[in-house]
Amino acid sequence: MTTMEIDRRTFIVTSASAAGGLMLGFYMPTGADAGVMGSPWTAEEGGQEVNAWLVIDPDNSVTIRVGQSEMGEGVFTGMPMLVAEELQCDWSKVRAVYADVNRHVQNFAEPYMVAAGAAKETDNLYQRMGTGGSGAVRRSRLYLMQAGASARERLKQAAADAWGVDRSAVTAENGMLSAGDKSGMFGEFAAAAAGIQLESEPAIKTPDQFTLLGTSVARLDTPVKVNGSAVYGIDAQVPDMVFAAVEVAPVPGGSLVSYDFDAVKDRPGVIAAYRLGEGGIGVLHYNLDEVANRVTGIQSGVAVIADTYYRALTALQLMPKEWDDGGHGDVTDTSIINGALEVLANPDDPSYNPAHSVGDARSAIDASSNVMEATYTTPYLDHACMEPMNCTVHVTADRADVWVGTQNPPRAIAAAAEEAGLPEEQVHVHNCFLGTGFGRRSRPDEVRQATAIGKALGRPVKVIWTREETARQAKMRPYSVYHFAAATDANGKPEAYWNRVVSHSIFNHQIPQFLRDGIDSQAVEGLDKRLPYDFANAQVDYAIRDSHLPVHWWRAVGASQNAFALEGFIDELAHAAGADPLQFRLDLLPEDSEFRRPLEVAAEGAGWTTDLRRGEGLGIGMAEAFGTIVVHVAYVTVSRRGQLRVETVDAAIDCGHVIHPKMVEMQMESNVVYGLTAALYGEIHIDKGAVVEDNFDQYLMLRINEMPEVRTHFALSGGDKWGGVGEPGLPPIAPAVANAIFAATGKRIRSLPIRNHDLI
Amino acid sequence: MALTLNVNGTSHTVDVEPETPLLWVLRDNIGLTGTKYGCGIAKCGACTVHVDGKKAFSCTMKVSAAVGTEITTIEGLSEDSSHPLQLAWIEGDVPQCGYCQSGQIMAAAALLSQRPNPSDLDIDAAMSDNICRCGTYSRIREAIHRAAEIAGG
Ligand code: FES
Ligand code: FES
Repeated sequence: MTTMEIDRRTFIVTSASAAGGLMLGFYMPTGADAGVMGSPWTAEEGGQEVNAWLVIDPDNSVTIRVGQSEMGEGVFTGMPMLVAEELQCDWSKVRAVYADVNRHVQNFAEPYMVAAGAAKETDNLYQRMGTGGSGAVRRSRLYLMQAGASARERLKQAAADAWGVDRSAVTAENGMLSAGDKSGMFGEFAAAAAGIQLESEPAIKTPDQFTLLGTSVARLDTPVKVNGSAVYGIDAQVPDMVFAAVEVAPVPGGSLVSYDFDAVKDRPGVIAAYRLGEGGIGVLHYNLDEVANRVTGIQSGVAVIADTYYRALTALQLMPKEWDDGGHGDVTDTSIINGALEVLANPDDPSYNPAHSVGDARSAIDASSNVMEATYTTPYLDHACMEPMNCTVHVTADRADVWVGTQNPPRAIAAAAEEAGLPEEQVHVHNCFLGTGFGRRSRPDEVRQATAIGKALGRPVKVIWTREETARQAKMRPYSVYHFAAATDANGKPEAYWNRVVSHSIFNHQIPQFLRDGIDSQAVEGLDKRLPYDFANAQVDYAIRDSHLPVHWWRAVGASQNAFALEGFIDELAHAAGADPLQFRLDLLPEDSEFRRPLEVAAEGAGWTTDLRRGEGLGIGMAEAFGTIVVHVAYVTVSRRGQLRVETVDAAIDCGHVIHPKMVEMQMESNVVYGLTAALYGEIHIDKGAVVEDNFDQYLMLRINEMPEVRTHFALSGGDKWGGVGEPGLPPIAPAVANAIFAATGKRIRSLPIRNHDLI
Repeated sequence: MALTLNVNGTSHTVDVEPETPLLWVLRDNIGLTGTKYGCGIAKCGACTVHVDGKKAFSCTMKVSAAVGTEITTIEGLSEDSSHPLQLAWIEGDVPQCGYCQSGQIMAAAALLSQRPNPSDLDIDAAMSDNICRCGTYSRIREAIHRAAEIAGG
């Protein structure tokens, strides 16, 4: 115990006097009033369900079910805010809990909830339970607000019935209903409200009517995250549970040839070993007719079970094993990239398909004597979630329970059901807090693997992948390579633009039916007709060149790397034209471009200038992703010894509307850190077909001493625009920093990561 | 082998191999899961605890080396989340996913016990062992300063 510890009363008194009583509303967590339980699938509710989204207790507490997964982005606060805005309950009595995916797969939503709109994924009870695509608010806000509004009107009707007045005479405010001299708490009328049918459902509020939305209320999940009580998947504890350590073929697609359990079976605590899988790489396969998509196949490997994890892990590591490499033993990252560069260098390669075409760029470029060309490359990346992959299961003959932090409970339930051989109704997924997701936790290969182990074992088991296993079994952000050519006029303004892109396609890997005429739309995000810039002639061609590695969505997906290439090349064009990169962009944007305002706001925030000393530079990066535009202006310094420091990032965001400004700022900072980590250090090497960087000693992370100051500027256009927030802040950082490095040093960065470049 | 550990002021006897990392004993044998596994090689700080008041990576510390010491985990930092760092963390809404935060808070607590009023450079030096994939670094820094203020009255 440290000497600084002070008790709660001392703190409140002291801080109140120091801050002049400004500590009002300071939240002190106690067991009873915590907004979120440590185990987030557990609802402590004794009340009345008014609709699938909310339960009202007699004491007026409101439990709001959350269909999205809490992985840091704040859905345990933001989603309840959407409901509470309409419900008019007492926000200080709101609790958040995960919606039950078992109910979701078994039940349909009320027709009026479906009719509320927003881009739901199904008509099932909770409409959209996957978390990804920066979609939590923009894709669920309409039906969540409808849930709140419809419940509120039912409460009013129940009170009106009891008081013998018209519903229009009843008001609902802060959890209280009143009409004239009559009043009562929501809790008193919840049971009656649940049974009421309305002739028509109420309209939801427009943004100008918001009172709770748009405020930075305290996050409901903070208290459980400062005292160790928040339960992540890795923390699940089930009576009679044992532990499994697993290792699967280090080369994706390879397999386990043999293992010798006898060599370790007498070690303390060791219970069993199981051979896993028949090969394959746990590909996620989509059947669009089903609620969830299936992850098929478990990669070949072996699990060792023991009474503690460390005993299981030690036995696994000591157990002799032999692997084959599935025929990929001579693959390296260089061989993969070189293969792609070969295609890139040959514009007539038959694997190209046109992704975008305006005018006749190719002829214009062939005919021009003023052509700028450049090639950009970006590597494979690991998500490197803070929490290594894990899953706890209990599989019996007629029921399976799964504890896991997942971005996609419906996929988790489908994976477990299929592997357990049970109908989905008999499978229960208890979603936990996620120690980050970044897309990785939307592919439930760990759930399928754990279910296989749990089924074989017949008792509860927690499966944990080591950090090394998590890295070796990465479901990677694809590599992508780019060739650009532009024919410019006498002033350096591009008249024709031709871009070829070759990448490992996520769609081709797991949703081939999403390819359109050979184009993976995510792989050319921001590069095809979504190009921000106006070129009289433009041609964009795309070719798929896959490897044996499994690929998957990584934060911001295609935009995460495309913006680096595009914005780098635009910067090259600006400098070649002798133009100010800011003005050059403004000149190249269409008159009505939505990029203008955020670009100007970010530049102004940064005090944009090209007049800096050598060793200092400002650089611009911008991109639109998930309906939101973000522009970064990075300020960097590069010492004479080539030491780079990213000092500040001015980030302007236009996501249309904001429901919680502070959480948007947090996401902007988070995206800068995640994107900057990748830009500076991120690279997965492949040797003999397998991942090289398997822990944080080699896969380097940005740390607090390298953290730039991030200044978020809201450049909101409002209106109908509701853009995402969890990812769009990532794509601009790599080009902003690379372009700032050029401004500081004259060194052009055309490949990531930046650490591979000598900046002296 | 039976070993006795003093964790958060309570004595626990556990049957484990002496080379078992303290991390897994805390989590699996004693059931204190607030201390997290991130890397297992002393490179991320998620497993940070205090051993005799000093910060330690429990993932690389053998349990045998912890016998006879006073171990403090996030669960024992305060009884009711009233440690100045916890108050400052709540006030500033520092955590995002939260997975790294037990380690961050324990590292920060060790820092504050040495330097009640740390400079930014002190914070850089003391906190650079701790990775946060969510990127909460600026808010961690602010909250450490705020906690110093709270503790100082
Ligand atoms: S788990 Fe101990 S430092 Fe990473
Ligand atoms: S809060 Fe998520 S890793 Fe730090």
